Amino acid sequence: MNDQETCTACKQDKKWRDDFPIEWEGDNYVSRREMVKFLTLGSLFLAVANWLMAFAPRFLRRGSHNRQLLGLSDDLRRNGSALFRYPTAKDLCIAVRTSEGKLVAYSQVCTHLSCAVIYDKTEQSLFCPCHNGRFNLEQGAPIAGPPTRPLPRIRLEESDGRIYVTEREA
Amino acid sequence: MSEAAFFIDYSRCIGCEACVNACAECDTHRGTSMIHLETIERRDSVQTAPQICMHCEDPICAQVCPADAIKKTPDGVVQSSLKPRCIGCSNCVLSCPFGVPKYLSSIDQMMKCDMCYDRSSVGKKPMCATVCPSGALTYTSMEEIQRTRQGIPINSWRFGKEEVKTKVYVMVPREVERVEIGLVQINATPLALPNDPYDVALMLEEM
Repeated sequence: MNDQETCTACKQDKKWRDDFPIEWEGDNYVSRREMVKFLTLGSLFLAVANWLMAFAPRFLRRGSHNRQLLGLSDDLRRNGSALFRYPTAKDLCIAVRTSEGKLVAYSQVCTHLSCAVIYDKTEQSLFCPCHNGRFNLEQGAPIAGPPTRPLPRIRLEESDGRIYVTEREA
Repeated sequence: MSEAAFFIDYSRCIGCEACVNACAECDTHRGTSMIHLETIERRDSVQTAPQICMHCEDPICAQVCPADAIKKTPDGVVQSSLKPRCIGCSNCVLSCPFGVPKYLSSIDQMMKCDMCYDRSSVGKKPMCATVCPSGALTYTSMEEIQRTRQGIPINSWRFGKEEVKTKVYVMVPREVERVEIGLVQINATPLALPNDPYDVALMLEEM
């Protein structure tokens, strides 16, 4: 059992108690040094993150690169289109053979609100029926309606009467 | 009129457990009652006494907490343990002279009466004080309690040689100045202890 004297001594504030105060205000108190430290490290982190974000695309290889058989060349007539999925079963794409015989393919997901675009034979363009968006066949660039970004292009390759899909550009 | 304070009048308790159930409905610890309803001299009497946290001015539970989890707010209310900090060591449970903190093994955390801080911090009565039918638990002003009760409210205690001041008052007869509680030597053998006729363990042996 503690004596009265030793107990008053043990109740005196110890130095470590400053760092672990019982009072609510003391516990929530942020010293100037702590705040400056936080601001400095926080700014440093933000700056580094910004530079990383700026340069990351240069080091990362984007898009998808596995070669898949799409079908026979004869199945895709002039001024006709075919749907396929690439690179995963969730990524809808559309391949079009233009009236000049050129083969192009784009992601089928409209860059406005992700409706599926369809090939418009009369206008010779990709048409999004949701909000009357239109993309040209040459670059997949938006030419009418609300979309502002082009459709991601899918690279196709034709050899020996077969069409292969080789790459999806980001 | 002075600020409202909490007053316990043990002698008025009728053991209805309304406070226990009301406590479990408090939003800060929904579903778990923080009140201890003690039985006094169980063999001869049905007298009970409610025990809420006394909110010591120098809370020993917070002093002994190794995880820095128990905090006292500026208005003197000692809060339940902070969930991210509490390590469930039960130091506070052992140290509290009033036996208030409860260790809940289901959540591995200590919880205690926080005087319904969501209510009392905005001027409302704690849950238990709103339901007590006999006024054993009262949350009112000092003037009001002095006007309506025969005893006097005190908040000074003495456990052995340790003096404790609390935020919560207890009603005592007028001649009492301080509640004195003698301590038993902790290293004493059971035979050396005074024979306590209300020792539950002894009662069970006699049966």
